[in-house]
Amino acid sequence: MTMRFHAEPIEFTRQPGLGAPVWAARAADGDDLMRFAVSVHRHEGRLAALWGEDRRQRGEGFRLHCVFALDEGHLWLDLDLPAENPVYPDLAGIFPAANRMQRATRDLVGIAFEGGSGGGDARPWLRHGAWPADWHPLRHDAGEGGGFPNDPSDYDFVQVGGEGAHEIPVGPIHAGIIEPGHFRFSVIGERVLRLEQRLGYQHKGVEKLFIGGSIADGARLAGRISGDSTCAYAWAYAAAVEAACGVNPPPRALMLRALMLERERVANHLGDLGALGNDAALAFGFSQFMRLKEDWLRVNGALFGHRFMMDRIVPGGTASDLEAPALRAIVDQCDAIGREVKDLRKIYDEHAGLQDRFQTTGTIHADLARELSLTGVAARATGLILDGRAHRQGYTPPPPYAALGVRPATDERGDVAARAAVRFAEIFESLRLLQEIAVGLPDSELCIEFAPVADAHGLGVIEGWRGEVLVGVALDGAGRLARVHPHDPSWQAWPALEHAVMKDIVPDFPLINKSFNLSYSGHDL
Amino acid sequence: MIPLIKRILRTGIVTEKRPEPVESVEIAREMRQLSDDILRILGRALTIRQVDAGSCNGCELEIHALNNPYYNLEGYGIKFVASPRHADMLLVTGPVTKNMENALKVAYDCTPDPKLVVAVGDCGCTGGVFGASYASCGAVENVIPVDVRVPGCPPTPVALLQGILAAIRR
Repeated sequence: MTMRFHAEPIEFTRQPGLGAPVWAARAADGDDLMRFAVSVHRHEGRLAALWGEDRRQRGEGFRLHCVFALDEGHLWLDLDLPAENPVYPDLAGIFPAANRMQRATRDLVGIAFEGGSGGGDARPWLRHGAWPADWHPLRHDAGEGGGFPNDPSDYDFVQVGGEGAHEIPVGPIHAGIIEPGHFRFSVIGERVLRLEQRLGYQHKGVEKLFIGGSIADGARLAGRISGDSTCAYAWAYAAAVEAACGVNPPPRALMLRALMLERERVANHLGDLGALGNDAALAFGFSQFMRLKEDWLRVNGALFGHRFMMDRIVPGGTASDLEAPALRAIVDQCDAIGREVKDLRKIYDEHAGLQDRFQTTGTIHADLARELSLTGVAARATGLILDGRAHRQGYTPPPPYAALGVRPATDERGDVAARAAVRFAEIFESLRLLQEIAVGLPDSELCIEFAPVADAHGLGVIEGWRGEVLVGVALDGAGRLARVHPHDPSWQAWPALEHAVMKDIVPDFPLINKSFNLSYSGHDL
Repeated sequence: MIPLIKRILRTGIVTEKRPEPVESVEIAREMRQLSDDILRILGRALTIRQVDAGSCNGCELEIHALNNPYYNLEGYGIKFVASPRHADMLLVTGPVTKNMENALKVAYDCTPDPKLVVAVGDCGCTGGVFGASYASCGAVENVIPVDVRVPGCPPTPVALLQGILAAIRR
């Protein structure tokens, strides 16, 4: 099946399989890519991911992969670049989210961007000085690397001038139990004029580790890209591999995957609501929600043998099944937790001190969210109805969600209060879905064996608790992993956080940051 | 305010005298001794600076859980602090990325002697699935001296408690 979008000349082919709708095509040249990007932007589409691939060992050059998202689904547009001097046009002027992805691609694959629409940001992103600028880890002739002097480089932060303006540098080690990153605040008094992030401290070479591995090796690694989203990544990776190999997972496995994904969503939302209370000095909220989260994780541990359900979603299906007593336990727990969260929501809503901290703090609006290609909780809290699990005009969610009828949660205020409210609403919706899945789990096998298909590729897209998790997979001639690119929704959300804190005060930053709760590891790879 | 107070009263104290499940007898004994030991050895609370030197954030989820009312870490005189200068112990997750190597060394140097280091998780103990590479130094002990290792992917809160205990007993 082929299709064109917005009367553009590029003809896309529908990716096979049961996963989220994906259409693939190749751009003729850089101008072609630019024209298409402009058209997507004009139609309020977004840039979902961007990465590079070295294909020189196959007698080709490099390949740039761009994934755009429209209402109809995801458009995977790639562009072949020559082996010598691979350059493509800068897309950051059309989609600001491209800036960091392009810089990471230059650091890791050594393909450059210039001209086009953006300003051609020359600063590295993931490379901090642990390897030289002319060595690119994802090139096949790069060798293992290592042995380079680790020489942390200066980073050219944007300076804010003017009388009374000064900087507060924070990190990479933050004052809490949290991942590392650097925040540079430019402030006057306590008011934030500007925040600039420097990330990459968690970069541990994940993408290089995938290369040459088996499909099973990749599954284990995919589940450890961002531990809080292990189910979302495991499913997105499995979906990409299944699309590449033309495999449809059995119905029971798809339902069990959704059950795990929703349990992951509830666990994280419970934890975030507790932490939000804590950051607004309501220790009561922290204790209550962390107690509920612990109850939740213990049931995971009892039913799946792992509190976060790592390695339970595998290519072909799932590695765990649930018997009738387990399903009854899930239904009962959903009832119990639902009652408690309902009480707690009332307490949060009516607590003047808490709402005073939450409301009008860290605000972003829908137009900015759209401009930054934002997804997930943060986007829905500006009023955007963006949820890969839910029907919308022109879009049918992949199974099993098509049959579950997910009601997306939105709130138009765009502030911390809105992001809390969306989490509350999503907990209730997930509890409903979990009960529906538990009582209607279809009988079928759990996992199907399959052989890898040589030279195949596929894309998996999953609505994780934080936002859209996407994994692109390419297999080589022997059916081993030639390239895997995992994409975390945090890529798009980190820049939104920079905007959200502007004009707020420094002491509100921890609260605003927690209301986004972004992944460092998922972004830094 | 009234619903909040009612909820507190209804919840009661959920802190577990003995963390479940199987290891409970031994752990309960250990935990009873723990606060006595801390007072005896240190004469005050044990303070921990947690450093994420490159984890997938899975270990952090379980370290956070130590602060929930079930494990109630502070009830044993153990608390997390914001600066290594205030810490008796570094609780380090890994693998240590090359980009965090320098920051981890600085944090270690800033921690006053005598100090303890606990390496957390399979990655902190051995490098785990990420190992050592162009971007990763691998295990924590490849960068700073380590006293106790707590394996697991991620280790459970009970395993973390055991590791912290083991380090104090050394």
